[in-house]
Amino acid sequence: MNRGTIRPRLSATSIDPKAAVALTVNGEAVSAEVSVRMLLSDFLRHELGLTGTHVGCEHGVCGACTVIIDGVAARSCLTFAVQASGAEVRTIESVAAEDGSLHPLQEAFRDCHALQCGYCTPGMIMNILSNLESDTPMDLSEEGIRDMLSGNLCRCTGYQNIVAAVRQAADALASR
Amino acid sequence: MSTRAFGSRVQRNIDPQLLRGEGSFVDDIPLPGALHVGFVRSPFARARINSIDVSMALAHPGVAAVYTCDNIGDLDLEMPLLIPHPSMKDARTQRPLARGDVYYVGQTVAMVVAVDRYTAEDAAALVDVDYDPLEVEIDLERAILDEAPLVHQTHANNIAAHLVQVSGKPDQAIAGAEHVTRVRVQVDRSTAAAMECRAVAAIFDRVTGELTVWDGTQAPISVRGGLASILKLDEDKVRVIAPNVGGGFGQKVLLFYPDELLVPFAAMHLGRPVKYIEDRRENFVGSTQERTQIHTIELYAKKTGEVVALRDSFLHDTGAFIPYGIAVAQVASTSIAGPYRIPNIWVEFKAVYTPTVPITPYRGCGRPHACFAIERAMDQLADDLGLDRFEIRRRNLIGEDEFPKLREGLLFADGLPVSLDSGQYHKALEMLHDKLDVANFAAEQEKARKAGKHLGLGMAFYVEGTGLGPYEGGHIKIHPITGKVYVNTGLTSQGQGHDTVFAQIVSDQLGVKVEDVILVEGDTKAFDWGVATFASRAAVVSGNAIHKSALIVRSKTLTAAANMLEASADDIELRDGAAWVKGTDRQVSLAAVATATNPLRYAFNESAKAATQFAPASRHDGPALGEGQAPGLEATDYYSPPCATWAYGVHGAILEVDPEICSVKVKRYVCIHDCGNMINPMIVEGQVMGGIAQGIGGAMYERIEFDTDGNMINANFVDFLVPYATEVPQVEILHLETPSPLNPLGVKGVGEAGCIPVGAVIASGIDDALRPFGAAPFQHIPITPSMIHAAVAGG
Repeated sequence: MNRGTIRPRLSATSIDPKAAVALTVNGEAVSAEVSVRMLLSDFLRHELGLTGTHVGCEHGVCGACTVIIDGVAARSCLTFAVQASGAEVRTIESVAAEDGSLHPLQEAFRDCHALQCGYCTPGMIMNILSNLESDTPMDLSEEGIRDMLSGNLCRCTGYQNIVAAVRQAADALASR
Repeated sequence: MSTRAFGSRVQRNIDPQLLRGEGSFVDDIPLPGALHVGFVRSPFARARINSIDVSMALAHPGVAAVYTCDNIGDLDLEMPLLIPHPSMKDARTQRPLARGDVYYVGQTVAMVVAVDRYTAEDAAALVDVDYDPLEVEIDLERAILDEAPLVHQTHANNIAAHLVQVSGKPDQAIAGAEHVTRVRVQVDRSTAAAMECRAVAAIFDRVTGELTVWDGTQAPISVRGGLASILKLDEDKVRVIAPNVGGGFGQKVLLFYPDELLVPFAAMHLGRPVKYIEDRRENFVGSTQERTQIHTIELYAKKTGEVVALRDSFLHDTGAFIPYGIAVAQVASTSIAGPYRIPNIWVEFKAVYTPTVPITPYRGCGRPHACFAIERAMDQLADDLGLDRFEIRRRNLIGEDEFPKLREGLLFADGLPVSLDSGQYHKALEMLHDKLDVANFAAEQEKARKAGKHLGLGMAFYVEGTGLGPYEGGHIKIHPITGKVYVNTGLTSQGQGHDTVFAQIVSDQLGVKVEDVILVEGDTKAFDWGVATFASRAAVVSGNAIHKSALIVRSKTLTAAANMLEASADDIELRDGAAWVKGTDRQVSLAAVATATNPLRYAFNESAKAATQFAPASRHDGPALGEGQAPGLEATDYYSPPCATWAYGVHGAILEVDPEICSVKVKRYVCIHDCGNMINPMIVEGQVMGGIAQGIGGAMYERIEFDTDGNMINANFVDFLVPYATEVPQVEILHLETPSPLNPLGVKGVGEAGCIPVGAVIASGIDDALRPFGAAPFQHIPITPSMIHAAVAGG
């Protein structure tokens, strides 16, 4: 389209039915009118601008979109935004301190070279974090950690360094 | 700097940003008012299109436009054949939107642009396409038979390319051979499955006439060139940015995918930002794949096991189109003799069109196939001659004193003769032998068998031609305000840590901290000379270019600092972000040196005061910049490799097969690896481990499956089995560092290495474990539980 041509009139919105949602995201109250079929992942990413939550498969297998909903790791690509109404949602953006300094789990990922492209990383972190914070003690054996990671795909690292990072983070948090 | 950054396990610069969720992948870039793309894709592997009716889709609320081949102007073309080669005649490439015919399930037929992706998909379902389905043959071996239906009427027997390469005098050698071992091996189709699917977003600024495209590509400079020529825009008005990219593994080096042309076109046409974010199913059915080859390989040997000649003939599935030329098959054919001396080689391939997703390189690019063929054949030869698998290799590996080992007549993917430059192959083999405790394994295996457990030892050697040309560049500039060092190159990173390894190279030359070296790549406005990230070439080609540039900047800095400190340049050392007179505390910061070398008029800070025309130190005996001088501390240089440099390694595993449930458990996995001088061993190990994980997928889990009609029946992550942490073994890595004699840094590539031998290692190990069952050797990967069951039951 060159200068001087009249811009086409394009529709601005879809005709999807809308619903009101009100939830807490990273400690902040959020309310919005959203399409009833909008995925929570799209809501977080495109309505709230929290693009740290990534979408890898949109069918609940890869775990890249994992967030913590009411204390439990969950797939935001398999959750509608309306389902999260009233919930407390935490995303990767809430993990580091406000000044940007890394959480011990994030530090461990960096120390152990547990990420390469970084696309699966936020989902990994949120899954591991929910386990580290859980009242159920973590099984920190090699097998136990791998089992805990078995809902998250990573195509870059071969997982070994992620296993090491989990161990390091668990040690660091236990000694605090 | 007292210690060298090169060679150190330096943490990555990019990590904090990625760990905080502050990465910028294409779909993270905010584009207010963006429209979203949904595609109509062919449901048939081969069909004639009678008509396309878009009226209902166009009338759907929220739809901005629907495109077919009839309203995309100059884009209604066959997309470029990227790498022409005389072995192909009339090579076929895809059109952005199908015209008349479709050639695979998933091929793009129409494009809907709407207010959001949900609406775009709704409307795509309303596009009514009338097809006449045609007969198809999906099976590679049947596709070349006379009675097979043709994918393209232009290509008899579906042969897209045919190439024979010969090195030495194979006929003569074969005639004199005392033994021949012949095996047929098959590697099945897989896919890169990067965690981020492909993505393209574009915005056209009608005021400046600039088109900006964010593309999760490995090759933004090439994409820009193509876009400028196809859309008929001035190159300078097209900016292509590959921001953070969530894994590539080769799939993202192809240009063009239909969306890479159509999205910018729509953004220009509609005057709004447009984005296409591929979903996982689309990545399976619409983005290129790799791997299927069927080799019949023959090793002609003396009774001693010394192989005197090799003959290999293979079929290569190229899918419905061949946009990347014969690269994959060519790399396979020229890597076929692996690390072995084998002086006489005859290798032939036929690239075959099948009505399936097109084939372009996926991590390994022909090397895993060649490795599987030669290594399985070597194991068989050892068996045939009653030799140990290590011994047969000892008798054939190229010796250290035999480099460079030229295979005259075999032209590699860079068009140059294969010449293996350096290595310590024998040493690597013995390291594996020791590390795996091979000497004691037979006893352990026997003991386990008595306890009802079936242990096997698998091993395979590989070579990898890396660091292909033509060239890359490096631009370095010391910033006069902050003293930080800016580095640009024409590559992109998909997780390899370029920003850290290139910073390590620069850090050593300029005496700055690694974190103060800031790499900007993947942006044609930052640097637009170069090719792409592929073929394990970044560290070799860009790494050496950046090294050369750093030497120039170093020299300029020493000269300028010597002037300022009134010392000889030989007495200046660069460390801690400053230039020092050796053995004194006299120093000047790099920022001040950079400022001083840039004659100024305006004194905007303290350093600048010293650089103004009126400052006492400034030059008054002529122009502020002498003839031929340039301001600042800056340089650009290039590196063009003379030919590929060959990395190698040998992997071994101890595994346990349970013949009841047909499972395979890898108990130990050892990798001996040599990529020349390592810039950052931590990153090297990460690359190797990631490659091995993909190799494990290819060895036992990942297979793209088509039904006989050409429908991909596992186009999702539930049915296509990418390994989780529970499937990937712990890997023990030992390094060798044989410097490459071909480049100043002595480095070789490492990106693809890990995945290459894994299939052969696992097959070799399962063979060994199931020997008591009399099972035939496993010559086909991935090895599934059903295949193990058949072997155990039939043995």
